[in-house]
Amino acid sequence: MEQASYIVAQLINGLQLGAVYALIALGYTMVYGILRLINFAHGDIFMLGAFVAYFLISRFGMPIYLVFFATMAVTALSGYLMEKIAYKPLRNAPKISLLITAVGVSLFLEYFCSLRSIFTPDYIGFPRPFEVEAYNFSLGGLEFAFTNVQVLIFAITFAALALLYLLIYKTKQGKAMRAVSYDQETAALMGINIDNIISLTFMVGAALAGMGGILYGIAYPQINVFMGIMPGIKSFIAAVLGGIGVIHGAVIGGLIVGVSEVIVSAFLSSTYRDGVIFVILLIVLLVKPSGIFGKRIDKV
Amino acid sequence: MAVLLEVDNLKKSFGGVQAVGGISFSVRRGETLGIIGPNGAGKTTVFNLITRFYTPDSGDIRLMGSSVTRLPPYKLARLGIGRTFQNLRLFKELTVLENIRSAYLSGHRYSPFAGIFRTRRHLAVEEKAEIKAWVLIDFLGLSGKEHAPAASLPYGEQRRLELARALAIEPKLLLIDEPGAGMNPREIQDLVLTLRDVKEKFGLTIVMIEHQMGLVMNISDRILVMDFGEKIMEGSPAQVKKDRRVIEAYLGEDGST
Amino acid sequence: MRFFLESKKLILLAAAVYIVLRLIFGFGLVSGYIEQITIYVFIVILAATGLNVIYGYTGQFSLGHAAFYGIGAYTSAYLASITGLENVVFFPATILAGGIAAALVAAIIGIPILRLRDDFLGIATLGFGILVRVFFDNSDKISETLGGSRGFTGIARLTNLEIAFFVTVFLLLVTRNLITSRYGLFWRCIKEDETASASVGIDTARMKLMAFVYGCFLAGVAGALYAHLYTFLHPSNFDFLRSIDFLIIVILGGMGNIAGTIYAGLLWVGFIEGLRIVLPANILDLRWVFIPLLLIVLMMWRPYGLMTKRKS
Repeated sequence: MEQASYIVAQLINGLQLGAVYALIALGYTMVYGILRLINFAHGDIFMLGAFVAYFLISRFGMPIYLVFFATMAVTALSGYLMEKIAYKPLRNAPKISLLITAVGVSLFLEYFCSLRSIFTPDYIGFPRPFEVEAYNFSLGGLEFAFTNVQVLIFAITFAALALLYLLIYKTKQGKAMRAVSYDQETAALMGINIDNIISLTFMVGAALAGMGGILYGIAYPQINVFMGIMPGIKSFIAAVLGGIGVIHGAVIGGLIVGVSEVIVSAFLSSTYRDGVIFVILLIVLLVKPSGIFGKRIDKV
Repeated sequence: MAVLLEVDNLKKSFGGVQAVGGISFSVRRGETLGIIGPNGAGKTTVFNLITRFYTPDSGDIRLMGSSVTRLPPYKLARLGIGRTFQNLRLFKELTVLENIRSAYLSGHRYSPFAGIFRTRRHLAVEEKAEIKAWVLIDFLGLSGKEHAPAASLPYGEQRRLELARALAIEPKLLLIDEPGAGMNPREIQDLVLTLRDVKEKFGLTIVMIEHQMGLVMNISDRILVMDFGEKIMEGSPAQVKKDRRVIEAYLGEDGST
Repeated sequence: MRFFLESKKLILLAAAVYIVLRLIFGFGLVSGYIEQITIYVFIVILAATGLNVIYGYTGQFSLGHAAFYGIGAYTSAYLASITGLENVVFFPATILAGGIAAALVAAIIGIPILRLRDDFLGIATLGFGILVRVFFDNSDKISETLGGSRGFTGIARLTNLEIAFFVTVFLLLVTRNLITSRYGLFWRCIKEDETASASVGIDTARMKLMAFVYGCFLAGVAGALYAHLYTFLHPSNFDFLRSIDFLIIVILGGMGNIAGTIYAGLLWVGFIEGLRIVLPANILDLRWVFIPLLLIVLMMWRPYGLMTKRKS
């Protein structure tokens, strides 16, 4: 039974990590759905979220619930600025140029923040805003535990998803977002303000990534200006796995990535943790490139 | 007359919508078969099935008796089926010459080694490709535009270029998809003459999808009428013109020239 | 024979460049560091040309090119060390081995992967690139020499101006001849319109694989030269950022333009290393803040590469 408890514990850890990946993946999938752009700088918004929260908590002693709103506002603004300054001017350029620009933005953010006078390249301890407590459960002979951190992460992620669904499926803006992702030209002809919808998409995605950054900081309290690179790539892989452009795909994909990573790390070796997810990716791409929930596209 | 192509009970659905529902017909060597039908009847789908860009859900396609239903698209071209596309699919940034040469060279190879070290074989094949391309350029009235990028040509010339490119694979059967689209009556007359010349000079069998009745009635030996993914009638142009079903399918269409 | 006669002008130009460089280095007019960078430029140009064949000409979006560069580097260095054939005579063999190893892996991974289109191919190659890097990180489990995440040290310094120059120029000529042959024509057709290419009889799957394998072969050769130039390999040299490096050079040079890749490689490496020399030590860190900014500006100014004035 102890082995089973251990597996369950790791599953929960995996879901915790997966929830963070899901939040980041949502931003990727939304932006790709609208612009067909892989926003390589998205992972760095995640990093910004963590650092902004760090500063708000440690320097200004802001209470945690305010930190969430403030950080998300800052990251949303960053997403907005990123799009307006770097991506909008290239909207009619070949896609590859846009991609390189995204890489440039990503590198710029990372290295600018790594300067001694900004965030420094060091690992910084993220302040725990509350004491960690574990709640023990027993179900059918299985012993497992949740920490309050995990409860927080699951609760907030769930709430964020619910709000996102409301936005996308129950509001006019959401409908407009979906229209633009199907057919930008027609949507424009229908009177939808494309620029505003694109900005909105970036801002929502960035806010979610920022939220992910805070949760990551709380859960794994070591932050660093380069922390967005691997989670960024993995979250994007998660979005592809679940079906790029599909909201629930990003979530399921994120959870799968998180759980796989933790399980492999626990049962095989942590040095393989980065590799696993790419093996899964390659298999999925070869079997169903459009992803688990993605739509098949016929050629010619 | 020998049968060149046989289409046997082809069916194809896309996500629940049946585009082609069990169509069968044959194409005899040397004839010109016209395919007409309202928009959405499945005509281009049939072309795409024959040239293997789609895989049929069921049914068979036979070229000179052998089944080609499982072959990859490029093999069909090598076996002698050439095609043009409804919306033109030229190699836009490549020159007129390069567009045509590419089609010839696909069937006449030399090894990469020969290409790298410029062997005699490489030179011989490339020279033949040049010659063939020049012949076609001349025949299709594209002289003077050899080095122009395909995208820079006016529409009519682009259509002729696509035809020249298809001819460069030295096909036995040519599938032409709406060659008259976007042309005025004068251009259509020229096209009729060109197609007749081409057919005679290269000994072709032609299957043509076309909406312009003046063109298709004039040039076809036989006509096949499609609607809702099925064949509703087959016969000579005169027979088709008078058929009640055809007139109904084309309600409101002007069927005469 | 015709190979050399046809390329007379280019060979003469190359010879001139070589003579100038040989004289500069021979008279010690520049430091060893600059010598090394110059040789490195050839290596980078070679690798980038490989990506140019894959992506610039054939249109296959590969974000994992550095992986093949790394496979060539590690294979060549490992072979040299375990066979003990660490001298100039056998060097060509190990370089070739590096190229072939990369080509073999490319062939194996290419067959399933190249069916994917556009962005999905990019993601798949990105994933593969990271897998390879993880493999290098764990390579000490296969053999201590490979070094794992500590890096592969003690590689023999065998790459010099002559070898790097000759190999690069030769392979560039080979590439040029391939591009101007029916194969290059097919590659360009495939990039334009894969469906139309098949309709005129081009075996697109085979041609795509050929471009991919050849391009990765060039990367592998470049990697082998690199390993024996810097004598130290670390998995982080062959990560996603390195793949982006090559991609930037291909884009800046204008895709499908061999000369462009040469200039862009020269400019890009020259600029990055030049900054390292020119900037005083205390603001050296700012290099990587300004380089991406410059990149963004370049993309906005010349989205089709530095060679064309096209804006749309």
